[in-house]
Amino acid sequence: MSATPDRGPAISAKGLTKRFGDRVAFEGVSFEIGYGEVFGFLGPNGAGKTTTVRTLGTLIAPTSGSATVAGIALAPENGVEIRRRISIMPELPGLYLRLSVRENLECFADLYEVEDPDDRIERSLRAVNLLDRERDLCGSLSKGLRQRVALARALLPDPQVLFLDEPTSGLDPAATRDVHELIAGLGDSGVTIFLTTHRLEEAERLCDRVAILNTRLRTIGTPNELRDRLFSKSLTVKTVAPLEHPEQVFAGLPGVEDWRQDGDGAYALAVSDPAVAAPATIRALVAADADVLWVAESRHSLEDVYLELIDHHEPVAQP
Amino acid sequence: MTRLSRRRVIAIFRKELRDYRRNRYMLVTMAVIPIIFLVQPVASILSLPAAAAVPLSRKHELIYMLGIPALVPALVAAASIVTERQQGTLEPILTTPLRREEFVLAKALAPLIPSVAISYLVYALFVVIIELFAHAGIASALFSGHLVIAQIVFTPLIAAWSIWVGLAISTLSNDVRAAQQLSLLGNLPVVAVVVLISVNVIHATAGLALGLGVALLVGYRVGWRVVSALFDRERLITGTRD
Repeated sequence: MSATPDRGPAISAKGLTKRFGDRVAFEGVSFEIGYGEVFGFLGPNGAGKTTTVRTLGTLIAPTSGSATVAGIALAPENGVEIRRRISIMPELPGLYLRLSVRENLECFADLYEVEDPDDRIERSLRAVNLLDRERDLCGSLSKGLRQRVALARALLPDPQVLFLDEPTSGLDPAATRDVHELIAGLGDSGVTIFLTTHRLEEAERLCDRVAILNTRLRTIGTPNELRDRLFSKSLTVKTVAPLEHPEQVFAGLPGVEDWRQDGDGAYALAVSDPAVAAPATIRALVAADADVLWVAESRHSLEDVYLELIDHHEPVAQP
Repeated sequence: MTRLSRRRVIAIFRKELRDYRRNRYMLVTMAVIPIIFLVQPVASILSLPAAAAVPLSRKHELIYMLGIPALVPALVAAASIVTERQQGTLEPILTTPLRREEFVLAKALAPLIPSVAISYLVYALFVVIIELFAHAGIASALFSGHLVIAQIVFTPLIAAWSIWVGLAISTLSNDVRAAQQLSLLGNLPVVAVVVLISVNVIHATAGLALGLGVALLVGYRVGWRVVSALFDRERLITGTRD
């Protein structure tokens, strides 16, 4: 949707900190996000996610640290210039309920001073499948539809960076799926998306990289990198009957570092590389005349990573 | 002051007028005070005998109609920003390139137009009723050229002043009703001056009118700056300040 500037990251934060009096909202946050990246920002309630979005969106000033947003230094005098290039969809849609969908969008199209506002409004409404509801008062719309109007409003200025703060909060599964498809489509079209969410499956599905914040940044990376960083890789093996001599089957197999019995005929193997260990394990099982039900790689979810990091308070080393 | 965008000011102004039209509470707020200001004097003047024309001509009773532009926009402006905060519409607006001076100016212009229009309409209605139904001589005793000019000139000036007072209070408030009550209190000095002139305690002269007019014009300029300075994005969004 946006022309991609070929300079620097879309967002860069260095030691960004925000305090309200004695209360720390977030502290020492550093990261870089490239243009066109879908970046997930995860964390529990009160972790500082929304305050980070508001800070990067120039709504509130950082206490210390520095940042650039859409290539512009985060500073009070640059507020208008930054807000021209970005768009923020807050957690609450904040629509004017006595105004129609179109009237809401007309107001914001003028605030962003977009060229050819009628065409832009039509494109935004089409993107969220709301073209047929443009005359409806926003007060008459369901929560899911209001969320879509808010998303259409955020698309109006054709932003270089789009901040989405809990975009699926409170939506039913069908509305959530629609919003997911929209975000995926925007990501595919090259818009940089900064997505804060509680929904870990949402982040795993949509985001190129994620960061986990709990006042301080706990970790950052692709979901696979975070899994690899926190958990050892493993295979699960299930046979019809327990192996007579499992130590003879699994010990010394290429790629297999350790093993343990995990129930009747069930074994968990710690492996260095599943691509090497899995074929060797299968060959060994066949050679041992075992009736194999399955051999599968165990995958830790992003939720496992999240819970591991939120429960343990030491930050995980970043690459 | 930074160059303002007319398009952004008009966007907020137009949004406000659309919202007023569909907001029953706002329409009632705009209608009740003018009705009170119209009915009471019409009833008392229509009951006056023709002999009351001479003492009436020595007073400026109609000046008190300037209470309408002092009170109506004060109520509307006082609700303006605090309502947006309560309804969660302020944050999306502030994420746009809109400058606070533009927002505040649009918020001031929006109640000004309907308030001034209502004030003129009520005044015109009053004139018509008195001309048609009052005893002969009463109408000519009540209306004079300079009073009509005073009404026309001071209506927008007083309305603008009361809007700045209302917006300043709205920017600092967390509750609509408290903001409106404080705004009415804040505008009582203007109403008091108007009442004192109408009952001849303060003598209306051309010099006084000029002085008050200049004071209101200066107040208008100062009000814009003061309210813009009070409009702190961070406090309005988070309810606190670093």
